[in-house]
Amino acid sequence: MKGLDEESAGWLRHLGAGGGERQAAERELHVRLVRIALAEVRRRSASTPVTGQELDDVAHQAADDAMLAILAKLGDFRGESRFITWAYRFVILEVSSKLGRHYWRNPPVALDARQWERLPDRFGIDPARHAEAAGILAEVRRVVEDELTGHQRRIFVAIVVDGIPLDALAAELGLRRNAVYKVIFDARRKIRRALVANGYLEEPGLEQP
Amino acid sequence: MKDLGRLDRFLRTDPCDVGCDEAMAVLHIYVDLVAADEDAAERYPGVAAHLLACGPCAEDFAGLLLAVTDG
Repeated sequence: MKGLDEESAGWLRHLGAGGGERQAAERELHVRLVRIALAEVRRRSASTPVTGQELDDVAHQAADDAMLAILAKLGDFRGESRFITWAYRFVILEVSSKLGRHYWRNPPVALDARQWERLPDRFGIDPARHAEAAGILAEVRRVVEDELTGHQRRIFVAIVVDGIPLDALAAELGLRRNAVYKVIFDARRKIRRALVANGYLEEPGLEQP
Repeated sequence: MKDLGRLDRFLRTDPCDVGCDEAMAVLHIYVDLVAADEDAAERYPGVAAHLLACGPCAEDFAGLLLAVTDG
């Protein structure tokens, strides 16, 4: 591997060795993964209903699963980044995924709650200007209800209106994050086109025609 | 109406946006570039566009950057 930094080369050498050298490297890597996972769940604690011991459990599970994935995929590391950055990516993504799944153990909103009235707050519109914004928001709701497909509507309402985290919804629906994002992306584009066509917004977004 | 800025930005879609899978596949490379003060957005404009639009991927980016700079 050309141009590999010394630390990364060291990790690969130790993890590729046998016996005690490999075990020591695995132990050190696992300690680091646990530390990163604990820091990450605490950083995200304000945006998840998961708390206390369950949050720490998520971190330890994420570190354990990341460790297994890293060892299984060691041969995939191509030296495009530092080894430790490549390795930490696994634990950060595991934390995201696990917090999404754990969300449903104690969700803060009921699945069937419809919170359209909170939409102005979600978009940071000053309460003094809610009346002024009512027209465009009513048009957003009309487009969502009349022009989105059932699948788009369900996902858009869950995430944008009800405020369910994208990863939590993806876990609930058994979809990949990317699949949910793509639905929201298409819905955003469709809504904006309608708002422009009906005179609520003046210029097109960045989308291609 | 100035107050609609967030709604307006949310509804804008960027054709360069590569989506979650592609962005996460190179997240480690992107983060190392940012950590090294190199122009990651210039090298990966589609990832930069995605991170501006996708909250969960932006969180992963922030977490990984923090891990490699403070961890």
